Amino acid sequence: MSDITVGVVVFPGSNCDHDTEHAVASFPGIKPVMLWHNDHDLQGVKAIILPGGFSYGDYLRAGSIARFSPVMKEVIEFAGKGFPVLGICNGFQVLLESGLLEGALSRNRDKKFLCCKTCIRAVNGSTIFTSLYPEDEVLSIPIAHGEGNYFAPPEVIESLEEHDQIVFKYTDAEGKITEEANPNGSLKNIAGIVNRQGNVLGLMPHPERASEKLLGSLDGRGLFESLFLHITEV
Amino acid sequence: MPYIAKIKVTLRQSILDVQGKAVDHALKNLGYRSVESARIGKYIEVTINETERAEAERIGNEISLKLLSNPVMENYSLELEQVK
Repeated sequence: MSDITVGVVVFPGSNCDHDTEHAVASFPGIKPVMLWHNDHDLQGVKAIILPGGFSYGDYLRAGSIARFSPVMKEVIEFAGKGFPVLGICNGFQVLLESGLLEGALSRNRDKKFLCCKTCIRAVNGSTIFTSLYPEDEVLSIPIAHGEGNYFAPPEVIESLEEHDQIVFKYTDAEGKITEEANPNGSLKNIAGIVNRQGNVLGLMPHPERASEKLLGSLDGRGLFESLFLHITEV
Repeated sequence: MPYIAKIKVTLRQSILDVQGKAVDHALKNLGYRSVESARIGKYIEVTINETERAEAERIGNEISLKLLSNPVMENYSLELEQVK
């Protein structure tokens, strides 16, 4: 059987594209394909990942210019057909700017760029991205961002909660969702959300940086594994 | 003659403006006791090659909503000036 391919979009200024490629390639039967932002051909991939970094130097607003990159037209159509799209960090910002996910990310509450380990929990373990995570398991996955303070108007938050679209929340080491465990001021400790259809996920923590022993944590692998399990079964 | 669209983008009041807060603190540290607050936004000038004011205004509003501001957390204001 030939390998299933997963696209990793490369915007000018992406800097986690190769880390993501490396993590994806470590799963047997899955092959990463780099998709240049100027291309329109998705090369038959079964899922797409928008990686972290500083696309277009974060000019204007993080993700705002990348959202109009030629490849994004295809990514939006791809998502509309129900294929999985995962946005990590800057990728999450691009998904919000493009309207595939609701809300926005503003500057971190304490003004700092945060590059540190965080504890998160998959509070919704029934998505295609989290099926292998028990909801009470505390995951150690690092963050690295200056604008990760999730915001949405009250009616959007209400609707996200009602439809179980909040997927990851920042927690303390025991898995409790507390204000002290909230690194950036995100509403409701939100670290990641999914769209209503369940096929587009964005999160600020970097699962690709917690995907091998040498990096100090393997907790990010479950996300890729859940996703790859899903696309292998479809 | 073309128009210059002068667009100001500011964070909504409900959004914490951490840059503005840092500047506010610095001004107070400098001894400006009457400074009450500071907020930081963006100022963007776009030259629009249209002769009709209404059309330049339409484009100015459209680009402000589409790209220059994020309506979820920002407001914008638009001023048009004809190039002499």
